[in-house]
Amino acid sequence: MKLSDDQLRSMLKTMLTIRHFEYEAQSQFAMGVIPGFVHLYIGEEAVATGACAALNEDDYITSTHRGHGHIIAKGGDVKYMMAELFGKETGYCKGKGGSMHIADASKGILGANGIVGAGHNIAAGAGLSIQYRGTDQVCVCFFGDASTNQSTFHEALNLASVWKLPVVFVCENNGYGISVSQERHQNITDISVRAQSYNIPGVTIDGNDVLAVYETITEAVAHARDKKGPTLVECKTYRHRGHFEGDATVYRTDEELQDWIKKDPIPRLKTYLTENEIMTTEEIDEMETAIKQEIADAVAFAKESPVADPATVVHDVYTDIVEEARVR
Amino acid sequence: MTTMTYAEAIRAGMSQTMRDDDTVFLFGEDVGPFGGCFGVSAGMHDEFGEMRVRDTPISEGVIVGAAVGAAATGVRPIAELMFTDFMTVGMDQLVNQAAKMRYMFGGHLKLPMVVRLPAGGGIGAAAQHSQSLEKWVAGIPGLKVVYPSNAEDAYGLLLSAVADDNPVVYFEHKAMYGVPFEVPEKMEAVPIGKARVAKEGEDVSIITYGKQVLDALEAAETLANEGVNAEVIDLRSLYPWDKEAVLASVEKTGKAVLVSEETKRGAYIAEIASVIAEEGFYNLDAPVMRVGALDTPVPFAPDLEQTMLPNATDIVNAVKEIS
Repeated sequence: MKLSDDQLRSMLKTMLTIRHFEYEAQSQFAMGVIPGFVHLYIGEEAVATGACAALNEDDYITSTHRGHGHIIAKGGDVKYMMAELFGKETGYCKGKGGSMHIADASKGILGANGIVGAGHNIAAGAGLSIQYRGTDQVCVCFFGDASTNQSTFHEALNLASVWKLPVVFVCENNGYGISVSQERHQNITDISVRAQSYNIPGVTIDGNDVLAVYETITEAVAHARDKKGPTLVECKTYRHRGHFEGDATVYRTDEELQDWIKKDPIPRLKTYLTENEIMTTEEIDEMETAIKQEIADAVAFAKESPVADPATVVHDVYTDIVEEARVR
Repeated sequence: MTTMTYAEAIRAGMSQTMRDDDTVFLFGEDVGPFGGCFGVSAGMHDEFGEMRVRDTPISEGVIVGAAVGAAATGVRPIAELMFTDFMTVGMDQLVNQAAKMRYMFGGHLKLPMVVRLPAGGGIGAAAQHSQSLEKWVAGIPGLKVVYPSNAEDAYGLLLSAVADDNPVVYFEHKAMYGVPFEVPEKMEAVPIGKARVAKEGEDVSIITYGKQVLDALEAAETLANEGVNAEVIDLRSLYPWDKEAVLASVEKTGKAVLVSEETKRGAYIAEIASVIAEEGFYNLDAPVMRVGALDTPVPFAPDLEQTMLPNATDIVNAVKEIS
């Protein structure tokens, strides 16, 4: 599977955009500008990037509480994302969703999700809709290791396998369900073995190798478009930050973190690109500088944007009914 | 006029929407060749085929969740859960996903889906197959809730539920499936949110929905023999509900008796009682009364079950208490 130089450059651009978006989210959260929770994707960029590079614009994804990377990789606009994190009216959800609930139906992004494992069933439903409508779309379902212990994982994989739904289940195994390590939350090492229960292909790959992710997901997507049903792809990866910002990560060692930082997917792709003379270090620096500027612009946009009019709090509960707003 | 059972009307409504709109399809446990646990979809698999009347695994979470994902991506699913009680297994998908996605995502998605829930007791099905759980959904912003009391409304509300761009929970009372009703030759959609005066009267307003409309009409007949002319209001929709019709009736009669098959504690009708107290207080001549099931699980033995469930006599007694 030969990737063009443009595709490779584009992958680096996506990964760097995610990384710098997350750095900025981290910093704005630390300054108290962003309310609520943020769950950062730093360290896992290769999964979303490689997977979404295998998709078309009209394909769907479902995401998780750690969703910024998926949304950027599927074509989400960092300006509207940042504005949403800030709770502004110009945000993707007009300030109603925040970090954990960003969606963009026009890009096939069926939403980040605050309930661990909820995306599995929604992805099965998108697959059902695709099959019913008879298009050649697919849905990629992103989820973490811990969500594979939820009933939704079993229900969705069972339904998708028995109905041969065009869904690719992409597990981001970052080794932890919040503070509980994988070895403490399930009696398996490779989550892909669970594919055997559904008689579907299951594979475990290095989730920090964007090229491996791209190749594997491309194959799984072709399988799905070919009406052969779902695939379970487990991508082993690691989150450099805690579960959420503010997590003291007492449950893991610094040695473990440093080991994974050595396997950071971004320097790895940079090295590949320079060694294969696809990009020079200068070109990469130039790209990174432009991305930092784009993220800075997104922050400026978010800061300058107005907060939502309180009267809109009652909007968009239904397509038609609008209850009365509180009068003070 | 012609005769149609409640179940036939639901089937006729589903079939009509599926003939009119290719994007509508039904799935659930045993809804296919088997025709549904209560025969509601009997024959539909023959007419519409495997893709449009589809048996699912026994997997209520993904039945509701797949309806959400499908509705978000361009089709209009009808998901049947075999018993209302099984809704609890799919509750995340209904309450955290279906009800909230449009709002959380800033209005960028619509979710035109119907979840059909066979509800209620009276058939000896005991605690896990007999519940009335309207209170679990009627207070959830983002969901619409309907509960027909007769065949014409069962048909008409089904049409409106499928046509609605929001998630609609459609309760249907199991004990009514085989009950025949007079229906007009040509039935129409019944708008969601509009109550119906099932019987006019001046002395007391009996406000209810679903199967208890039949109990209320029976009670009204008994009361008429004793000189009390009761009005029976059939809410038909629990959210949105027809506040104007309820308040107008209470203004006329000065008395309100609310009836539900739910366990009385925290029942949906408490919401109606509260609104009558807040907005219709000065039209009241007597306390607002509630008639519900006893606060127990639904028992198995027929005698125990009938003791637990409310009936026409309970309604008559409640009316007499304030007459």
